[in-house]
Amino acid sequence: MMMQAVVPLLLCLICGYALAHGVDIFPVFLRGARKGLETVLQILPTLIALLTAVTMLRASGFIDLAGQAVQPVLAFFGIPEECAALVLLKPLSGSGGLALGTEIMKTCGVDSEAGRIAAVMLGASETSIYTISMYCGYLSMGRTRYAIPAALLADLTAFAASAYFVRILFG
Amino acid sequence: MISYLWLGILVLAAATGLLTGRIGAVSAAVTAGAGDAVTLCISIAGIMSLWSGLMELMEESGLAARIARVLSPLLRPLFGRAGKDEAAMRAVSANVTANLLGLSNAATPIGLRAAERIYAVCGGKGSPDEVLTLVVLNSASIQLIPSTVAAVRASFGCAQPFDIMPAVWGASILSVIVVIAAARLFALFWP
Repeated sequence: MMMQAVVPLLLCLICGYALAHGVDIFPVFLRGARKGLETVLQILPTLIALLTAVTMLRASGFIDLAGQAVQPVLAFFGIPEECAALVLLKPLSGSGGLALGTEIMKTCGVDSEAGRIAAVMLGASETSIYTISMYCGYLSMGRTRYAIPAALLADLTAFAASAYFVRILFG
Repeated sequence: MISYLWLGILVLAAATGLLTGRIGAVSAAVTAGAGDAVTLCISIAGIMSLWSGLMELMEESGLAARIARVLSPLLRPLFGRAGKDEAAMRAVSANVTANLLGLSNAATPIGLRAAERIYAVCGGKGSPDEVLTLVVLNSASIQLIPSTVAAVRASFGCAQPFDIMPAVWGASILSVIVVIAAARLFALFWP
């Protein structure tokens, strides 16, 4: 009930605040919405490439095999077998993670436990390896010291916590 | 990097398909996967642009800057020597705010600018802890409205695509705490 009110109230709040601060909200909204459409168009070719690859990987049976292989470790953290490949892919590639997560939601159902956990995993984690290489590359810092282990530990925390929170909130 | 990853997935799929005798299904998946990507983009386009429009309003009205000002005192203690530098802290707050609001297009350039400033304040050599703090903070997610994921859920007919928000917040907060704590702890043993 509370959660269902958040989105409509946020809409009113953001638009009301902007209008009260002298922003001509409609054209500004349209400008932003157009940027959003451009973003969708920009990710379309990436999604075609990656969703095709991920769908092939699923059809080949590899995702199920990999899931079974790492299952004992993931089970310890409460992460379901269906989400195993997502744990491995998400830190490396954001759009790859989105493609795989989408595939999990479609196969298992959006409101299934695995589908929800996949969605929360996507929302609660970043593409950490990619982010670290981008920042350190930009500053030409040769050594990343503890950045990667710390980030991977945080990813694992996010994944395990996703499974935990989905189970207690929807279980 | 992404090129190797893509080829890797394609080769794995083909090889596994041949070994498990499911190469026919793999072949069918090529058409299905490409089509699914287009369907997905069409169905998430509406909600994605709606949020993007609202984000534009938050930036234009100064709401984003206001949130950044509130966050600044919370972030300052994390950045040691750079915490006293106003320009660095302004950029850090703006970066964290953009991440919170899901403005990833804006967050990255501001974050890089913040990193550059912190690096300069800390002497511009080696891998200072202050810079790494910003880097690991950006490698953990701190998103308030998971709009992309919600859009994908809605595209599969989910009635309450945003009902995962409390779970996302809980998991994000834990991962941010862990990444900061781990960075602090590892820094002691990792020169």
